[in-house]
Amino acid sequence: MHAAPTSAPRGVGVGDPTDSVPVIDLHGVAKIYATGALSVRALDGVTLRIDEGEYVAIMGPSGSGKSTLMHIIGCLDVLSEGAYHLAGEDVSELDEVDLAQIRNRRIGFVFQQFHLLPSLTAWKNVELPMIYAGLSKGARRAKAIEALRRVGLDDRVDHKPGELSGGQQQRVAVARALVGDPALILADEPTGNLDSTATEDALGLFDELHDQGRTIVLITHELEVAERARRIVRVRDGRITSDSAHPDVGRDLVPVGARPGAHQAGAGT
Amino acid sequence: MLGILIGIAAVILTAGLGLGSQQQVGAQISALGSNLLIVSPGSTTSTAGIRGGFGSASTLTTADAAALASKVAAPDIGAVAGVKTTSLSLTNGSTNWTTSVVGTSESWLTVRSRTLAGGRFITAADNADQAPVAVIGSSTATQLYGSTDAVGQTFTANGIEFTVVGVLATAGSDSTTNLDDQAIVPISTEANRLVGGTSKNSVSTIYIQAASAGQLSAADQEATSLLLQLHNISASSSADFTISSQEALLSTATSVSKTLTVLLTGIAALSLLVGGIGVMNIMLVSVSERTREIGLRKALGAPPGAIRRQFLVEATILGLAGGLLGAALGIAGAKVLPHFISTVLVVSPLAVGGSIAIAVAIGVIFGVYPAARAARLAPIDALRSE
Ligand SMILES: Nc1ncnc2c1ncn2[C@@H]1O[C@H](COP(=O)(O)OP(=O)(O)OP(=O)(O)O)[C@@H](O)[C@H]1O
Ligand SMILES: [Mg+2]
Repeated sequence: MHAAPTSAPRGVGVGDPTDSVPVIDLHGVAKIYATGALSVRALDGVTLRIDEGEYVAIMGPSGSGKSTLMHIIGCLDVLSEGAYHLAGEDVSELDEVDLAQIRNRRIGFVFQQFHLLPSLTAWKNVELPMIYAGLSKGARRAKAIEALRRVGLDDRVDHKPGELSGGQQQRVAVARALVGDPALILADEPTGNLDSTATEDALGLFDELHDQGRTIVLITHELEVAERARRIVRVRDGRITSDSAHPDVGRDLVPVGARPGAHQAGAGT
Repeated sequence: MLGILIGIAAVILTAGLGLGSQQQVGAQISALGSNLLIVSPGSTTSTAGIRGGFGSASTLTTADAAALASKVAAPDIGAVAGVKTTSLSLTNGSTNWTTSVVGTSESWLTVRSRTLAGGRFITAADNADQAPVAVIGSSTATQLYGSTDAVGQTFTANGIEFTVVGVLATAGSDSTTNLDDQAIVPISTEANRLVGGTSKNSVSTIYIQAASAGQLSAADQEATSLLLQLHNISASSSADFTISSQEALLSTATSVSKTLTVLLTGIAALSLLVGGIGVMNIMLVSVSERTREIGLRKALGAPPGAIRRQFLVEATILGLAGGLLGAALGIAGAKVLPHFISTVLVVSPLAVGGSIAIAVAIGVIFGVYPAARAARLAPIDALRSE
């Protein structure tokens, strides 16, 4: 029942000698929202596999289920149908405390709406994940400031979100996502509020993180942003309509990211 | 917050009020003297119509007092002081002061549990001699002599010149009389030289002190039978005197103040309950206001326990703040209130500490439910709520 083309990378991946267990392994995942009499299938049979060190862009029209997919991947939401294995572990078998720890140690999340706490200064927002990782206050502050420096906000450390521009707030959110050195970075429209220069800076940062071996999944509307990724997944109405290696990938890159999942399945623009 | 604040203040005030009234009553009663029986003329029984009201008939005499003092007839009675009180104007030169002149015997000081600030008390010899000597209260001394030492000074009453031989130590006032404004004179002097006439041998009250606290009821019985015998009355129901004990007064008073305390405690408990509900509401409101914060913290890896802890700590702080503010309000109220109503308020550290503890407990108890609710939310549901 689940679309054969989208499951193709999975089969190929198993045979790939360079990897063992995929970081993200979704199989036939559906998410159904029941609001009153109406039930919305925000995700409808998504099968997706992302290996360690991949840089994936997710594209699709508004309301297509991109954020929902990201929340499932980030263990922020539970799926209605299907199975999700995160680094080989079946997420449905993990309890709240395990999930909290996974979110804390392994995943850095950049939310579409930033979700900064308005009462806290920039560095205090950035240090939040480290509080739950049990770091000392001194270490938290040092790392928070370092993360803010990486996003070019070292002169706004003590500003509250209300005192920052939209783009600056977004960069604080990015700093918070990377401060804990997570292996997996999930970013929902991380450049949505940035001008071209700032977008370039942010993308440079993602490139850098990717070069350090981190797995990056980002949602974007902009093709030029998606083109920085090595793989583009297109989503429409809760289904994956195409999953392709970026055209440049074969030319530019050593085959680590060169997933041979470049099946052009359907015309998803 | 306001609820718990008012609740705590109410607890402190009511506890203070209860304690104050208890202390007041206790002070009044102990001012009467310890192990005390009070014999008043007249009867309170309803059949005593012909004898008129309580205390109006002068049926007690100095002879009664003398008989009660007999160790043989009444072995359980320790000391007896018959008292004959009149109101007279005392004159020292141009200074006039009207006070109650109390004629009594040397045992009055012990029976009424009083002490002297200076000089000596009246003696048996003074009574035998009908001596014009007086022991005066501290207020009386100030009124007549100002700041000069009253001992050795003189005053005139009914044309007789009295010498002040002693001054009583300050005792405050009970509900009806100022214990520091009176002049004590030998009863014989008062009977024969100040009052005279037919009622000269009558006394207004006889104070009896039992030999010990345990002998109080025995002393009561002895006094009753002795007086019935002396007054030739066969049935105790038609007695022309009344004996009341300090104990009876005390139990009435404590039962009154107990009722008061129970009532006040009820009110205080109610306001605390209202305060607790207020705290719970604040916690619930803050949960919904901060659902997104909770969602975010959970998304960033806060385990449910950390969220619960955060809310419990907040509830505790809220309770503590409410408790401290309430305590401050209560203490301030206890300072201000006595200026408007004539009661004594005693702020006890126990009531203050206890009510702060209660406030914290309420904060924690009512913080548990909202904290648990907050911790149960799914991170993304919490994050999405706008
Ligand atoms: N909590 C919810 N309850 C009901 N329906 C929801 C809920 N969240 C999302 N949806 C629905 O699910 C679908 C997918 O939403 P989602 O937020 O994933 O879209 P998206 O692709 O991220 O869109 P955008 O690009 O505008 O951010 C939409 O139709 C949306 O209305
Ligand atoms: Mg979205």
